[in-house]
Amino acid sequence: MQNELSHLDWLEAEAIHIMREVAGQCSNPVLLFSGGKDSLCLLRIAEKAFRPGKFPFPLMHIDTGHNYQEVIDFRDKKVTELNERLIVRSVEDSMARGTVKLNYELEPRNKYQSITLLEAIDEFKFDCCIGGARRDEEKARAKERIMSFRDSFGQWDPKNQRPELWDLYNAMTHKGENIRAFPISNWTEMDVWQYIEREQLELPSIYFAHKRDIIRRDGAIVPVTDVTPPKDGEIVENIMVRFRTVGDITCTAPVESHADDVQKIIIETAESRISERGATRLDDQMSEASMEQRKKEGYF
Amino acid sequence: MDKTDSLLRFITCGSVDDGKSTLIGRLLYDSKTILSDTLNQIEKTSHKRGLSAVDLSLLTDGLQAEREQGITIDVAYRYFSTPTRKYIIADSPGHEQYTRNMVTAASTAQAAIILIDARKGILTQTKRHTYLSKLLGINQFVVAVNKMDLVNYDQEIFNSIVKEYKALFDGISVNKNNQFSINFIPMSALNGDMVVERLENMSWYQGDTLLEILENVDSQSTNSNLAFRYPVQYVCRPRDSENKELHDFRSFMGRVESGRIQVGDKIKSLPSNQESTIKAIYIGDQLINEAISPQSVSILLNDEIDISRGDMLTELTNTPSITKDFNATICWLSEEPLNQGRVYKIMHTSKIAKAKISSIFDKIDVNTLSSIESEKIETNDIANIRVNLAQPIMSDNYFDNRKTGSFIIVDDSTNHTVAAGMINNIN
Repeated sequence: MQNELSHLDWLEAEAIHIMREVAGQCSNPVLLFSGGKDSLCLLRIAEKAFRPGKFPFPLMHIDTGHNYQEVIDFRDKKVTELNERLIVRSVEDSMARGTVKLNYELEPRNKYQSITLLEAIDEFKFDCCIGGARRDEEKARAKERIMSFRDSFGQWDPKNQRPELWDLYNAMTHKGENIRAFPISNWTEMDVWQYIEREQLELPSIYFAHKRDIIRRDGAIVPVTDVTPPKDGEIVENIMVRFRTVGDITCTAPVESHADDVQKIIIETAESRISERGATRLDDQMSEASMEQRKKEGYF
Repeated sequence: MDKTDSLLRFITCGSVDDGKSTLIGRLLYDSKTILSDTLNQIEKTSHKRGLSAVDLSLLTDGLQAEREQGITIDVAYRYFSTPTRKYIIADSPGHEQYTRNMVTAASTAQAAIILIDARKGILTQTKRHTYLSKLLGINQFVVAVNKMDLVNYDQEIFNSIVKEYKALFDGISVNKNNQFSINFIPMSALNGDMVVERLENMSWYQGDTLLEILENVDSQSTNSNLAFRYPVQYVCRPRDSENKELHDFRSFMGRVESGRIQVGDKIKSLPSNQESTIKAIYIGDQLINEAISPQSVSILLNDEIDISRGDMLTELTNTPSITKDFNATICWLSEEPLNQGRVYKIMHTSKIAKAKISSIFDKIDVNTLSSIESEKIETNDIANIRVNLAQPIMSDNYFDNRKTGSFIIVDDSTNHTVAAGMINNIN
């Protein structure tokens, strides 16, 4: 007789429960899907939570316009396979409307995703956005709720969050307010990779080691692309790399790696002495409190 | 089941002065969960503050505001793993005014680490932390006598604290019918002595290190041995599907909050009291024969009975009470005091009901544990009350079942969660 769940079974059961609470309590939720590994775990959780029914929410990608094509192709393929509805809203549309103004042409657009997201929430009247954020990603997230309340400006107020006890999640909102629900809050990067392995989830190819032109800049590896060209005097190298996160090209850096399958990535992750964001998010290195700042402004 | 590992959730009780943040930092550091870039950042901060050594407590001080004030103001969750177990630490501040945070942290914990400063011995807060942990239904305790390096690793001091703590523990008459386990351990979190490593300083202590104790704490959800409780969260009826086979498909989605259930078992749906048997159990598209707590599954029944979100499937004989009136101990979480004239909402399992607080019996002074007569309930108060509901809930006493005995109170003008409650006398 089976008595104990493995940690992955436990995490999965919790995530399914959270997703069903969203479906049960919220009238118009949406699942934020980028094609990244965390949101791919969310999709598998949603399948386990709602099949054979349809998902009780559409998927939505907030597109910065600075993407690796492999990730976008993968995103579209996945949506077709699942036979679910995908909404794409683009930072470039916000720029055209004048609601996003860049400070310079190739400025990283991650922080402007908040604006486009809030515009989309308003357009569709979403009362809940399901996201793949995890508490282990960054210090400011360690105190994040599983159901995180945002006011009508999309702002997160760390001092005005609802206490969360047992597994009783309060996702109630008034008109214009919004809940960000994080079903995999309690997962670590390692849990995500172990889950990907167990469920045999397919990932965009850039997660696995491949040859790529890069430059080394201020200790980080910067991929050479149209929007991140080499500066004068910088040497372009072609080395084996993989991405630990995927997002806007201008602020997502790869790591040197020969890990070309999930097993090898798990081993590397276990041995790694650098956090996921530390290694690969060029925008988080600025200040210790930068994530907290962005979350207050409506980032998810 | 492809893995034999497990998951344990625990809380750490103590204040910054007891070295709590240092202890957590030490657990993360020695279990190699802290990564070098994070370490670089706290090294920088330590130097900025003029400290000579790296301050491990900086690892757990999360938010800007509290870093500036040097205090922890909310519950933070930390993670580390060993080859056999994943751990989730709920870290809450120890100060008296943060009773509500400790209650929040303890609500999901299976074990509590009670920190005691060897120099100071048992303090008022030790009693408070033990009381609140017991009140929230925790029955596995680790009492860590910290800062042994500052008392010359004196065994006598440790022994007298152990003795005094046992008396204190037995004197707190909460959750009397349950079995408790208590482990005592002398420790220096600062030096990493008896946390993960066993250094040379306390050869008189033959017991396990803290991590060894944690590895052996019973993480098995005792819930799976309780009566079957299955609050329905969502009903799946994919009628409009192109697939004809699904036209009459109807499954009840939820989490096995306690107990276990097999295909063929008889069940009852509450509050309607209709009976049926289990036709099939799924996780996603995978058929399983048995579901155990806390799995999230999807259940098909052999009879067509009307069941919706908020209803509960249970076994036939050992059923919860269907009640609109009950006594409860609550912790008031909101800055705004209770208004007894108002109607609130309660959330209990997957059910929401309108509620009034019909009586306030007394409040508990969390420092002396004495009963105080009062008509007001304010932030951080622990109070015994009677609740009156507009719609019935299916519940058990909290100490028999934490999942079906707990509820939160919501203020529907703000939608804030204003209180947490534990049902203790159904009738």
